[in-house]
Amino acid sequence: MSKTAERTSNRASTLFGLDGLMWLIGASLATLMYDWRLSVLMAFWAGAWLVNAGLSQTRAPWGKYAVPAVFGLTLLALWEMAAGMYRISPIILPAPSAIAARIAQEGPTLWADFVQTFVKGALSGYAIGCTAAVLTAIAIDRSPFLQKGLLPVGNFVAALPIVGIAPIMVMWFGFDWHSKAAVVVVMVFFPVLVNTVAGLKAADQMQRDLMQTYGASYAQALFKLRLPAAMPFIFNGLKIATTLALIGAIVAEFFGSPIVGMGFRITAEIGRLGLDMIWAEIAVAALAGSAFYGLIALIERRVTFWHPSQRNG
Amino acid sequence: MSRVLPILTVLGVITVLWYVAAVWMNATWVYDQAARANAAVDLRGLIRATLTQERPVLPAPHQVAFGLWDGIAGQAITSKRSLVYHAWVTLSATLLGFLIGTTAGILLAIGIVHNRAMDMSVMPWAIASQTIPILAIAPMIIVVLNSMGVQGLVPKAIISAYLSFFPVVVGMVKGLRAPDAMQLDLMRTYNASGAETLGKLRLPSSLPYLFTSLKVGIAASLVGTIVGELPTGAVAGLGSRLLSGSYYGQTVQIWAALFGAALVAASLVAIISMVERVTLRRMGMAR
Repeated sequence: MSKTAERTSNRASTLFGLDGLMWLIGASLATLMYDWRLSVLMAFWAGAWLVNAGLSQTRAPWGKYAVPAVFGLTLLALWEMAAGMYRISPIILPAPSAIAARIAQEGPTLWADFVQTFVKGALSGYAIGCTAAVLTAIAIDRSPFLQKGLLPVGNFVAALPIVGIAPIMVMWFGFDWHSKAAVVVVMVFFPVLVNTVAGLKAADQMQRDLMQTYGASYAQALFKLRLPAAMPFIFNGLKIATTLALIGAIVAEFFGSPIVGMGFRITAEIGRLGLDMIWAEIAVAALAGSAFYGLIALIERRVTFWHPSQRNG
Repeated sequence: MSRVLPILTVLGVITVLWYVAAVWMNATWVYDQAARANAAVDLRGLIRATLTQERPVLPAPHQVAFGLWDGIAGQAITSKRSLVYHAWVTLSATLLGFLIGTTAGILLAIGIVHNRAMDMSVMPWAIASQTIPILAIAPMIIVVLNSMGVQGLVPKAIISAYLSFFPVVVGMVKGLRAPDAMQLDLMRTYNASGAETLGKLRLPSSLPYLFTSLKVGIAASLVGTIVGELPTGAVAGLGSRLLSGSYYGQTVQIWAALFGAALVAASLVAIISMVERVTLRRMGMAR
């Protein structure tokens, strides 16, 4: 965007925000006689929005973090206030403070569930599935025929509801984490395979010709040129697979599990209407999911530092 | 032809491997039975016995095909044993949720593109939410809404909407920002208003991105609905077929439901791809 265009659009967006704000303030005044609690919530929202509208105008680097943080905290505060003022039953929507208390109180249980589901189920399945996918991609690398056949099939399978194989895997491998790992293996295999095959084609003709003029063998060309060139694609697949791995491990536990694990805890607490514990598990799952993704993204940054998308990012 | 042959070969290899695996995995039971009856099993007998079991560890492809065919065509559509009935239950919730999620996603994306505060507040959360296993809250939503008296289609549709929402937001924001500065400046020289720029430049050029995220979204929606059908205790839908099959060890039923779900997912994605191809060709954007 050009400088002037940007400035005008900024002004427009401020106005847009103020417009909405005026409307909000008016509405909250109007609801005052109807329901004071609603107007308190709306006033709080309007105030927070005003803060964010101001914050978003700053060019400072911390603005990038402050604005979403303020937004997230506002939502949490609204949730807490609404739960308190309307006396929402804790079996429908527990307040964030209740969930936090539960997390602090049930630390050991949450940790045991985390180890069972994430470390044993998701991580081992992720490692096996991704390794198998990359090796398969390299194995079929020399056969265009197999690639032409496997790629459409892989693309097709990647769009299917693969979590459905969970009951079958539970039947085959028992209730413990092995069956969860098996589900994860199948879930992560195809996205990584498809991406790796695509990545192995990424080195361009000129570079391959150069390897040929060096008299490089197939293995040398593979390890020194084509695999490194494929890394951005492979990591793309690996990042997609992180989320799938956690989903697979949790959902597979819905079909049967030992008396530990995040999916087990969620189903068990549903029966006891312990919603604060479910939210605590979800908070742990969210944290684990983003940390796992972040870790892979960090490794990607180290490995593919040369790629344009990673420079001065 | 050059594209069909490799695919057929791969599918053929998979089928052969499947048969081998079925014989291998079901053999234990056959040997067990034979040992109890004090009879010897030769290879032909073994193969015949492993491929015709009622509750095999791994049903052979023809058993699954028969189960699928029986479920689709062998029953009255209104019957509880009909896969068409269960697929429709799942499909209707998926489509309703997908519609809601997509509409909300597009609206939010338009807001994000036009408002900097909204962009900076919401966008990081929308991106981060894709790394979270959202699916884990599906059972909770079902049960909570159930306790509030909301049953049937709506709770599943909410999950499905939630899952298709974020891919559409992220894709559409990218799409609405696709026009470059030159094109936006041109709109400015025409003195186009914000709404006109949106309708005549941003929305049309966002369509390729929209279709890509629609395909991701509908697949996620379907998975969400199926998982949403688990905690209600196997009432109706493909998810409940999976669950009841796993309770009673009806492996053929599980596999048939699984292939039914695959069929639904594949046709949904295929329909969107077709609409995409036709639309983009009509707009001269075919790639």
